Amino acid sequence: MAKKKKWEYSPAPESKQPAAIAGRYELFINGKWQKPSSGTYFNSINPATEEKLSEIATANETDVNKAVQAAKQAYEKYWKKISPTERGKYIFRIARIMQERARELAVTETLDGGKPIRESRDFDIPTAANHFFYYAGWADKLDFAFPNKKANSLGVAGQITPWNFPLLMAAWKIAPALATGNTVVLKPAETTSLTTLKLAEIIQEAELPPGVVNIITGDGQTGAWLTKHNDVNKIAFTGSTEVGKIIQRSLAGSQKKLTLELGGKGANIIFEDAPIDQAVEGVVNGIFFNQGHVCCAGSRLYVQESIAKKFIQKLKDRIGTLLVGDPMDKNTDIGAINSAQQLKTIQAYIKIGKAEGATFFETDCVLPKKGFFCRPTLFTNVAQSNRIAQEEIFGPVLSILTFRTDDEVIEKANNSPYGLSAGIWTDKGARIFNLSKRIRAGVIWANTYNLFDPTSPFGGYKESGFGREGGLQGLHPYVQLS
Amino acid sequence: MTQQSRLAIWKTYKIYIGGQFPRTESGRSYAIKNSAGKTIANACQSSRKDVRDAVSAARSAWGGWNNRSGFNRGQILYRIAEMLEGRKKQLKDELMAQGYTATVATREINLSIDRLIYYAGWCDKYQALFSSVNPVASAHYNFSVPESMGVVGMLAPTNAPLLGVISLMAPCIAGGNTCLILADQEKPLAAVSFAEVLHSADVPNGVVNILTGYQQELTDWISTHMDINAIVCFDQEKPDWQKIQENGAGHVKRMFRWNTQQLLRAGGQSPYLIMDLQEIKTTWHPIQTIAGSGGAY
Repeated sequence: MAKKKKWEYSPAPESKQPAAIAGRYELFINGKWQKPSSGTYFNSINPATEEKLSEIATANETDVNKAVQAAKQAYEKYWKKISPTERGKYIFRIARIMQERARELAVTETLDGGKPIRESRDFDIPTAANHFFYYAGWADKLDFAFPNKKANSLGVAGQITPWNFPLLMAAWKIAPALATGNTVVLKPAETTSLTTLKLAEIIQEAELPPGVVNIITGDGQTGAWLTKHNDVNKIAFTGSTEVGKIIQRSLAGSQKKLTLELGGKGANIIFEDAPIDQAVEGVVNGIFFNQGHVCCAGSRLYVQESIAKKFIQKLKDRIGTLLVGDPMDKNTDIGAINSAQQLKTIQAYIKIGKAEGATFFETDCVLPKKGFFCRPTLFTNVAQSNRIAQEEIFGPVLSILTFRTDDEVIEKANNSPYGLSAGIWTDKGARIFNLSKRIRAGVIWANTYNLFDPTSPFGGYKESGFGREGGLQGLHPYVQLS
Repeated sequence: MTQQSRLAIWKTYKIYIGGQFPRTESGRSYAIKNSAGKTIANACQSSRKDVRDAVSAARSAWGGWNNRSGFNRGQILYRIAEMLEGRKKQLKDELMAQGYTATVATREINLSIDRLIYYAGWCDKYQALFSSVNPVASAHYNFSVPESMGVVGMLAPTNAPLLGVISLMAPCIAGGNTCLILADQEKPLAAVSFAEVLHSADVPNGVVNILTGYQQELTDWISTHMDINAIVCFDQEKPDWQKIQENGAGHVKRMFRWNTQQLLRAGGQSPYLIMDLQEIKTTWHPIQTIAGSGGAY
């Protein structure tokens, strides 16, 4: 078959100018920008160009202590005493300023993390602002959230966010913590601190009392000091299952309340009666959204045998049209892999998949010469026991398996240490309810995938973690009931 | 016919796994004493293999139990209370043999029965209390419901041989979980007799499994077992909670220490304890756009 001529798109670059990234960022402690006592800074680079964007302070143990003490004092002095209504109003202010500075935040997020500007502009930033707006409203309504109980704040919340949705994850952490009357020390991921630091500016602009929110930057060691600190009453962590287990173990014997939002290997299940074209779109969105750097990504595709051949062909045709490249281009579908290290991990898994005997397919798109990029990749003929079907790859790599019956696919979907998300594509309502009940995962997307909303609780079963973020249920991890 | 004193039949206290009463596979036992220090029974000193058998029985039972309607689970919990009511005298004797006064023993039994009734009533109600329909901003129907966690390992307290077991078990199974309960090491008799109550109360085999033995030996096997989803113990108890938590972190177990003082008194019961052992599942589905029909639909 003659190769069809591909559509060409003219470049549609977003301007870098609105990002207004400073040359250097200090630590945000007690309402002020403070130099790190470590005296050291690390570089934050643009993964699409490998150019340095800024340098960021490394917080050492002394800085962590300072931040926790600031949060503790702010809790006793201001935040515990302030009326819940006033507390809510501060959070509303944060939401509003985020909306006002949305373009700046979106451009910064894309420059810093490599995700397509279309996603940061249309998803990350608005959803983050909405999250603050949602929880602001809860601040003075907690009596309605827990019937017959009083919700008490915990004190200082230590929070650690991942690099895949930097600002959104900061919103998921900070908004419910503040609404329930806690103060915060948050450490963003090392490779993507910039929007969280801009959020610190916004919090300053919103005139929150000093120390109510503190942002400290650094690597895993900074995070470890935070989780182990005796004056921290609550730990919320989003990241890998491996690190989650280390944190859970390190908290053993302490009184700290813990929430873990960890890895996943989401089963996306396509039945023969599914709306095929919509399902193809859903699969693409499930695995290629944000370069596949999504803990709930639909990274295990189960296609019913009767339609497998046709479906996989359609999927290959569709991903052949995905535009991989400059994240700042408004047409780009798949941007840059977040870091050199993550690209290495993905490439290692692609090797593993080939070695395990699965059939490899990648699109023939041209990748930019600089930066970290990976073509959309599929593996077919994958076995349930293969590592690429069991382990989280966290990249644009889809493992495709087949099944015949409902019971078989439920068994296969549940055959995983993870339990974060699943997709079900079928025209039968009864089948959706059967599967959604029997699949052990915290979020089930039926005839859709990868949707998020502040009102909708998110979180995992099994080794995908515990506790929920979002919605009414997202308040519980931040309160003590009496 | 000469009057002879009748020789009493002593009871053998065994463990309860998968609806059967085996002895421990290890063949070990340990002496249970009364308050005067006299041996009144030999209890099974359960082993790692017994823990594994109990977990495997609980896992097999979980799917069916979880799938029962809340109404049906409620009927079975109520039935346990009915059966227990009929065994009051036996349990009272056993509690008194281990040093309880008649008043304290009666109080403990009555509280236990009432607690079962309390949770029987929650089986088909906590879902309504803790579920939500979430008003997402897109054209999707979105709802969240509680679901059982699976298999729960539970360590009974030392100061309430019967009430402790029931305070752990009832909120756990009311919510569709199955469990393995390690009875009070020194005073396990009431727990074993309670297993007989469960057995006659239509509780499906394997939903509740009760072991006796040495806590220090068994908690490691329970907390490292990869097919136990959650662990509950009481907060004033001896087991090395830090070690248990460290073990449980190996595969992200949910771990709870319930408040001894609050739970072992009258009124020490709550649907929030059911919720401790529930996951929240959220389901999304698109809604066909109705915008085209304007205000006329």
